[in-house]
Amino acid sequence: MQTLAPPIPDTAAPELETVRVKFPEGSVMPQEGLDQPTWIVRRDVLSEVCRELKENPATRFDMLLDLCGVDFPDRVERFEAVYHLYSLQRGARLRLKVPMKEDEIVLPSLIPVWVGANWPEREAYDMFGFKFEGHPNLRRLLCHEGFQGHPLRKDYDPARRWILTEDKIYKPHFDLPEGEDDLFERMTVNIGPSHPAMHGTFRLMAVMDGETIVASDVEIGYLHRCFEKMSETHTWSQVIPYTDRLNYCSSFINNVGYCRTVEKMLGVEVPPRAVWARTILSEFSRIMDHCVCNGTTLVDAGALTNFWYMLQPREEIYGLLESVCGARLTVSACRIGGLIHDLPPDFMERSRRLLEIIPPFIEDVEKLVDRNRIWLDRSVGVAAITGEEAVGWGWTGPCLRASGVPYDVRRAHPYDLYDTLDWEVPVLYGGDVYDRYRIRMMEMRESLKIIRQLLDRGMPEGPHIVDDPHVALPPKDAVYNQMETMIYHFKLVMDGIQVPEGELYSMVEGANGELGFYAISDGTGKPYRLHARGPCLQLFQAFPRLITGGSLSDSIVSLGGLNIIAGELER
Amino acid sequence: MSTIGESWVTTKFETLEDWATRNSFWPFPFGTACCAIEFMSTVSSHYDLARFGSEVVRFSPRQSDVLLVAGTINDKMAPVLKKIYDQMADPKWVISMGACACSGGFYRAYHVMQGIDEIIPVDVYVPGCPPTPEGLIYGILQLKEKVSRDRKRHHDRDQRQSEPEKESFESADARAANS
Repeated sequence: MQTLAPPIPDTAAPELETVRVKFPEGSVMPQEGLDQPTWIVRRDVLSEVCRELKENPATRFDMLLDLCGVDFPDRVERFEAVYHLYSLQRGARLRLKVPMKEDEIVLPSLIPVWVGANWPEREAYDMFGFKFEGHPNLRRLLCHEGFQGHPLRKDYDPARRWILTEDKIYKPHFDLPEGEDDLFERMTVNIGPSHPAMHGTFRLMAVMDGETIVASDVEIGYLHRCFEKMSETHTWSQVIPYTDRLNYCSSFINNVGYCRTVEKMLGVEVPPRAVWARTILSEFSRIMDHCVCNGTTLVDAGALTNFWYMLQPREEIYGLLESVCGARLTVSACRIGGLIHDLPPDFMERSRRLLEIIPPFIEDVEKLVDRNRIWLDRSVGVAAITGEEAVGWGWTGPCLRASGVPYDVRRAHPYDLYDTLDWEVPVLYGGDVYDRYRIRMMEMRESLKIIRQLLDRGMPEGPHIVDDPHVALPPKDAVYNQMETMIYHFKLVMDGIQVPEGELYSMVEGANGELGFYAISDGTGKPYRLHARGPCLQLFQAFPRLITGGSLSDSIVSLGGLNIIAGELER
Repeated sequence: MSTIGESWVTTKFETLEDWATRNSFWPFPFGTACCAIEFMSTVSSHYDLARFGSEVVRFSPRQSDVLLVAGTINDKMAPVLKKIYDQMADPKWVISMGACACSGGFYRAYHVMQGIDEIIPVDVYVPGCPPTPEGLIYGILQLKEKVSRDRKRHHDRDQRQSEPEKESFESADARAANS
């Protein structure tokens, strides 16, 4: 097989060495030859290493992007916890791996270092059974309480289900301020999961003191569909439709994120025509996503008209996507190495027409609500969070940029064509619901700007998918007429793409923030482990913090403004 | 149904009731996932479900007569769905929208229910992942037909009304003792 090895970046970072030498010999070992700097850390020093990495001015890893587990049943140290850290100031990344034997899967909880470690640790407990010492509420996050075993372990049968009985239903965990004596009786209110304000899949339990929320807890997992286990049982190309259903409001961006990960592992270069189309369709998808978010947020605040206004641009963009791939919502339009089909002949005209249709809808909504007294009262100062705190929770995307932190993957780590275009990263500083709404409106305009420039450049000539029979299906007429091509076709369909052994983390800017895929390949035709780092988990775990102290009606508007997509949150 | 003059219609009560029911479904959108987004498209201005009399979306099971399950139902959600179905008043119907609700779709996995008909009866299955709005509208039209075809509920009610109250053994014994 003639695939190129993935390019290995220069991972020798002197500032990392200054931290590493502070720890005893053998407790922190660098691992060479990976896509980003990687350390293997013994678990007894993990907590101190992380604190040092965060606080040392030379490294300043202020964000815990992700935490996931990996199971290697053949190794002595069977389990591995993988942490992905990010430094906003330096734009640097670091991966920490903590190997553990099966009988000692205990880790220190990192909540004292990064408050955003809360839900990722619960997820790792749920999926692998890792215990986190010092975690205040170490319970299952995604699977129901009647579940037994840890589904992402390799010895768990993917189809083994458990029944949830009534006595096991989740009991809320409240962080109530202690010793506070109150004259009024407190009341616990349950909203959801089947409640329109909870978008159908979340459950909020709030302790109310009159109209004020004094403590709250959120339960999720009502849409956990086992994406990661399913991807381990399918070939690399068969995973593409599953990625559609992560953030189903902008499924094309998920396709791009996943395909880019596999392409990097294979070392495949995507043809310019496909890159061009991917950039345009990603931006259209971003507009669609922001339309749903702002539309539903405004409905939650009672402004129904805007919902109709915001859904109409979506319908128009659906038309374009339908002409590209035949589907409206869950497109699966990317393939590893390019696109599913060549672009339709009227792609340019359709896209140009969209550029004319969409702005009036944005303007109409802005005219209706931007200075609307009711909307301002409902949103300004509601659920506000500072940039520093948001970073601690691990926020990315529009919600982080509304708090004054200008982090955008398209700008910080450019991919596709973003570094060749003239566009801005909108930043606002209020950090409240209103700014989150405003920033999405601004980003839609920026997306339109990007699309316009790309259309002006013209469609690049050439193939829509890479011409490599080990990666892309050959054209059908060649399959039927040439023996060799038929064999390639057969091998690709039966065995799947053979991704070389290795691991890689790759990210794109999803509509809600950084969408990363951490993939491990063992050289068979299926992913050994595929972990999706969606932005929603980090956003939503801060929800109890956002609404505590506010009124119950404010919590409804805050949820809409965060744009939590259950498919991506729970995978 | 026949008309007499300009302002009189004669019909059976059942026909009138059917006609009213099937043209004014009040759906409960049990939307959890991607299908819910397509349901949103179906009710908004482009496809405008109001043309078929089903635009009054109710989020209370007590007020709705069609349970529209749009999206994947997993084992954690299953008790919730069952409870909502049980809370709906008769007559009630269920539309299962999309592959996941019909059969679990391509999630043959440890936490996903393999079709909502594991726990509740379904009247119309709408295939697709997700179904297009046209598909969903077709499903609702199919349900309309089913309602006008479905005589069973009238029959059940008529049975209940026409059957004389059965004499229990105990009262018969008591009468015999008295006489």
